[in-house]
Amino acid sequence: MFVKIEPRPEPSRVMKYCSPLIAAVLMLISGLVIFTILGKDPAQAFHAFFIEPIHDLYGIGELFIKAAPLMLIGTGLAVGFRANIWNIGAEGQMALGAIFGGYIAIIFHGSSSHFILPMMILAGAIGGILWAAIPALLKTVFNANEILVSLMLNYVALLLLELLVHGPLRDPNGYGFPQSVLFSDSAMLPVLIEGTRLHLGVLISIIGVGVGWVFLEKSFTGYQLQVAGLAQKAATYAGFDYKKLIWIGMLAGGLAAGIAGVLEIAGPIGQLLPSISPGYGYAAIIVAFVGRLHPGGIFLSSLLMALLYLGGESGQMNLDLPSAVTGIFQGLLLFYLLAADFLINYRLRLTVRRGETE
Amino acid sequence: MIAKKHVFSIAILAACVLGLVLSASAAEKLKVGFVYISPIGDAGWTYQHNLGRLALEKNLGDKVETKYIEKVPEGPEAERVIRNLAKSGYDLIFTTSFGYMNPTLKVAKMFPRKYFEHCTGYKTAKNVGTYMCRYYQGRYLAGIIAGKMTKSNTLGYVAAFPIPEVIRGINAYTLGARSVNPAIKVKVIWVNSWFDPGKEREASEALIAQGADVITHHTDSTAPVLTAEEKGVYAIAYHSDMSKYGPKAQLTAVTHNYGKFYTKVAQSVLDHTWKPEAVWSGIKEGSIKLTPINPVVPKGVVALVEKTTKGIADGTFKPFHGPIKNQNGKLIVAAGKSLTDKDLLGMNYYVEGVQGSIPK
Repeated sequence: MFVKIEPRPEPSRVMKYCSPLIAAVLMLISGLVIFTILGKDPAQAFHAFFIEPIHDLYGIGELFIKAAPLMLIGTGLAVGFRANIWNIGAEGQMALGAIFGGYIAIIFHGSSSHFILPMMILAGAIGGILWAAIPALLKTVFNANEILVSLMLNYVALLLLELLVHGPLRDPNGYGFPQSVLFSDSAMLPVLIEGTRLHLGVLISIIGVGVGWVFLEKSFTGYQLQVAGLAQKAATYAGFDYKKLIWIGMLAGGLAAGIAGVLEIAGPIGQLLPSISPGYGYAAIIVAFVGRLHPGGIFLSSLLMALLYLGGESGQMNLDLPSAVTGIFQGLLLFYLLAADFLINYRLRLTVRRGETE
Repeated sequence: MIAKKHVFSIAILAACVLGLVLSASAAEKLKVGFVYISPIGDAGWTYQHNLGRLALEKNLGDKVETKYIEKVPEGPEAERVIRNLAKSGYDLIFTTSFGYMNPTLKVAKMFPRKYFEHCTGYKTAKNVGTYMCRYYQGRYLAGIIAGKMTKSNTLGYVAAFPIPEVIRGINAYTLGARSVNPAIKVKVIWVNSWFDPGKEREASEALIAQGADVITHHTDSTAPVLTAEEKGVYAIAYHSDMSKYGPKAQLTAVTHNYGKFYTKVAQSVLDHTWKPEAVWSGIKEGSIKLTPINPVVPKGVVALVEKTTKGIADGTFKPFHGPIKNQNGKLIVAAGKSLTDKDLLGMNYYVEGVQGSIPK
């Protein structure tokens, strides 16, 4: 008996939107097995992993703090992904945003002007856009693969940040340790709810997702991106300027990541560090796909991803679960999503003999 | 039916009382939390901190209860983890990476009745103390061994980041080696990572190719020792004993030992005598030790190391004593003087004998 893979003539549209849910449910079932193997009471483990982290206001604040950069970057990336423009460089674009925004905070250190924060955000947006412009330029002029270029630029950007924090942007009174001065209050995003760390940046990120929704779903350019993603040739015949779409797709990701970088340093971090992101730029790619490249879905999937991170810590603290469980859950989620998508687009058929259906 | 209800409520009452008693006896225990930067693994920085935690548990028995959270990134993540520990009833929290400094201070402000100890930082507060080891003392001793054992007079050093702590180690190692062999040159390769086995291996190979026949490292993996073993050169391990990864290669290991310190701090909290201090302990306090020296090292060298160790322990010998020249041959410390702790903390230059320049 052999298994033959063949494309389904008409993949179900309903299932397409259900597949993240299917993936999440399968992830939870696998979690049940894992917890049992680890010798933990599954009910207790699920409580520790998924309920405990968000059982109070502070926890919910943490969830949104963690989700904010994911949803913002995820939405920005979705703009490109919809048109098959693969910006894998959000991590680096985020670092550039932090460098540009952080530079403003450092040169105006001590000033109490209200213009510092808006200037930081603007500078961060420019930084992210400039970094994303490099792969966009190389793609449109030389047809260089944007995946490789944007990915490799991440390493350049992270090293650049490290270099600056070790050198020119280092706190002169910090005993030579690689970190900048702590920003003045004027360069920090205000906390919205007392007793939590929920800061203005979270609101800005949610607004960013809203803007992304309007752009993707309601604008003509959003429609062009979608068409280009489904059938690039058709889009070109229809007179859409694909090069323009490449620019828009790449720069939207850079813009979002740059702003997210500033929001991180002006929010929970409060200074420039050699590393300002625990991999949000990469995690946002998963978030974008789990969210079906739709801003509403991305909003929800960013919350799920954030909960997995928080759950990992809570599991360690309350049940001595190993920290690797978080990584396992994230991997399972993506695995099941890809598997579900695959089975939505293809079907397996058992054949008795090789070549029977040839 | 009524009787049944009655029994039931008595049972509940009894359970409540039992719960109270249990929680009261639990409250007497000092709950100690540890925040680790990496998984514990088999060797390295976090592994040594965890050994310290286990020693604390062993020494104080049921007076303490410990918990660790591993793989906590520096920055905002750390703040949440430290806060959650404080909120869940941990009274004494050790944060064991430099990047936890500001998060620790922020959380300490929110929990004025809890005690915090931050490793390798320089900011203390009413309820925040700091601690680190005089790693450089062990480095100087290891340098003596390396200086005697090298045939090429070239030592290789795989280093993580150009911060004072690492530079201090390089300089102490160089001074130790040159104290027995003035022809020593130390070559440094920066890998810009605390833990990257691949890069550490490449750096070690490059150093060996450049003629180094003793390799040491200020990074977290066992790769340099493994590489030295494969290539048939010597190695000085750091953080942990790595003799099982390089039984022939490892001449000795400079190990970090926090058990005594953790026990002392926890005891002081139990005794209500805790004070915020900046503790910098070394050979004398048993925080820095060399593992048993490889039998290939001649007895005379071992005796010299033992003598120097005694000198450091009783304070009659200081690794950074004059005359010390910097890389360009300029005298920095005159004969008869030695560097103060403040000078050591801000060290940002190489001493004579180190090749290359500190990345800016």
